[in-house]
Amino acid sequence: MTLSAKRADAIFDVINTVTLLFVCICTLYPFMNAVAVSLNDSTDSIRGGIYLLPRAPTIKNYIYILRDTPTIPHASFVSAARALAGTAVSVPLTLMLAYVLTRRDFILRGVITKLVVVTMYVSGGLVPIFLSYRILGLMNSFWVYVLPGAISAFNVLVMRSYLAGIPYDLVESAKLDGASEYRILFTVMLPLAMPVIATIGLFVSVTQWNQWFDTMLYNSGAKNLSTLQYELKKVLDSSQGMTSDAIAVEAAASTGQEVYRVTSISLRAAMTIISTVPIVCVYPFLQKYFVKGLTLGAVKG
Amino acid sequence: MRTNASKWLKTLYAQRQLVVLSLPVLFLLVFNYYPLWGWLIAFQDYKIGKNLTLFQQKWVGLDNFISIFTDSRFYSALVNTMGMGLLKIIFSYLFTLTLAVLINEIRLLRFKKAVQTISYLPHFVSWVVAANLLFVVFSPDNGIINLILMRLGIIDQTIPFMGMPSIFWLVVAFSEVWKSSGYGAIIYLSAMTAIDPVLYESADIDGAGRVRKIFSVTLPSIMPTVKILLVLTIGRLLSVGFEQVYLLRTAMTMSTGTTLEIYIYEFALRYAQYSKGAALSIFNSAISLALIFISHMTLKYFDQEGVF
Repeated sequence: MTLSAKRADAIFDVINTVTLLFVCICTLYPFMNAVAVSLNDSTDSIRGGIYLLPRAPTIKNYIYILRDTPTIPHASFVSAARALAGTAVSVPLTLMLAYVLTRRDFILRGVITKLVVVTMYVSGGLVPIFLSYRILGLMNSFWVYVLPGAISAFNVLVMRSYLAGIPYDLVESAKLDGASEYRILFTVMLPLAMPVIATIGLFVSVTQWNQWFDTMLYNSGAKNLSTLQYELKKVLDSSQGMTSDAIAVEAAASTGQEVYRVTSISLRAAMTIISTVPIVCVYPFLQKYFVKGLTLGAVKG
Repeated sequence: MRTNASKWLKTLYAQRQLVVLSLPVLFLLVFNYYPLWGWLIAFQDYKIGKNLTLFQQKWVGLDNFISIFTDSRFYSALVNTMGMGLLKIIFSYLFTLTLAVLINEIRLLRFKKAVQTISYLPHFVSWVVAANLLFVVFSPDNGIINLILMRLGIIDQTIPFMGMPSIFWLVVAFSEVWKSSGYGAIIYLSAMTAIDPVLYESADIDGAGRVRKIFSVTLPSIMPTVKILLVLTIGRLLSVGFEQVYLLRTAMTMSTGTTLEIYIYEFALRYAQYSKGAALSIFNSAISLALIFISHMTLKYFDQEGVF
């Protein structure tokens, strides 16, 4: 390689690094800004001009939101509960269904595969689903969070293509040893399927944690079933003056002589961070799993 | 026939444990298939709360469809949906592919991992969080974008990005790029790991530089993936993403920000026009299915022609 070619490569490396750093900053800046605003004195934030660092640092916003508003801690609790319950219900059911779809000798395999795949393309639509869930008694109930989404065709197909990669001989020899199907699934397949189980678990729990539309659609009448994302959505509306039923955005609380006001700017920033933190705590550690799971699903699904 | 049927039942009985393990399919029957009865109300003047059974409701034939197709709001929603869909596809396509190529070129493994981890983050947060963050960033008072543009002297008055109907489609496309490029790059990056290193070595011998190798080795090698994904996205032209648009939309951007799905939602549930909502859903599903069918046929055709 000539010297000038080497120099060109070095220049390329520099440009590439700078570009990607810029991409990272663009990705992260909105979050960092929210952190700074959420840690800044609420009244001071109204003046604006806070970008990366708080000007008047305080953790009072969080304290008041988490301690003195009844809504947000409860909504966070509901969000966490639905993430846990949703994952606990969805993952085992998905595993069961994915497993029978890998059994080439299973007589109902073709029918069930079709039933699963069709749901990816055909949906009843908003109104039919809404009316049906009403009839099924899912309005104003926690179950509307957990049950309807328990089986997703995409997750079943991702799980199936992973299970299909496990040598079939294992199933056959377990059968020869007289193992029941349940035993084959839970003692032979399950340990080998941990990577894809982690992936689907991540997908389901993050989807659950991030949901707000079903709260608005089915549970807006039940205040105790409100979720963190829905509360954050109301903040978004109120900051645009588009809603009448926003939560009290000014949680004024008095401690002794001092009165601290949490303005909508701070509320918005702090709630954004509260709903982002659990995600940041989970997804980086499952990266190698979901990267693999996603690639498999996309190629074979 | 009888022996066939009894043989079938026998096998079914022998596989009863597998049948038990298939029971989760009931969830699909209840939550995905059962609601399909609701398509019937598109042909009715459906009234809720009158204690009428489905078949006692008033049948109106195709009236709902006719009234939809003669409503100008429907056409503006259709145009908005396709415009946003097209812009989203173009922008997120170019950015995702470029990002994947750039990440693939990083030599420092640690930096590569860090960039990837960071770029996935927006994908995992909800659209509610994303919309809240973007509103702050684009805000005309104290938003960073306006600040930078002002400081650089590019503009001398702040721009209310989120309140301008004329650029709303671009805002949607941009937010899509911000949220999903990193995650979307995964698929290209994994296609790139499958490229034979010999190709790069022989390019080295031919004296190709880094940029040259991108265009002569990397991109041609992942072209099949690029084409397949492009054809598949055509099938999703009408699924613009309800949450994203609904949350980014404001009172000012209603005119260009109302997609078919939002139109259905507002029309059907807010004004209790259940029958027209169902009719719109049927139309939406039919067009989406047709697009998916077209994209799959295209894929098959290309496959046979050996385009990939």
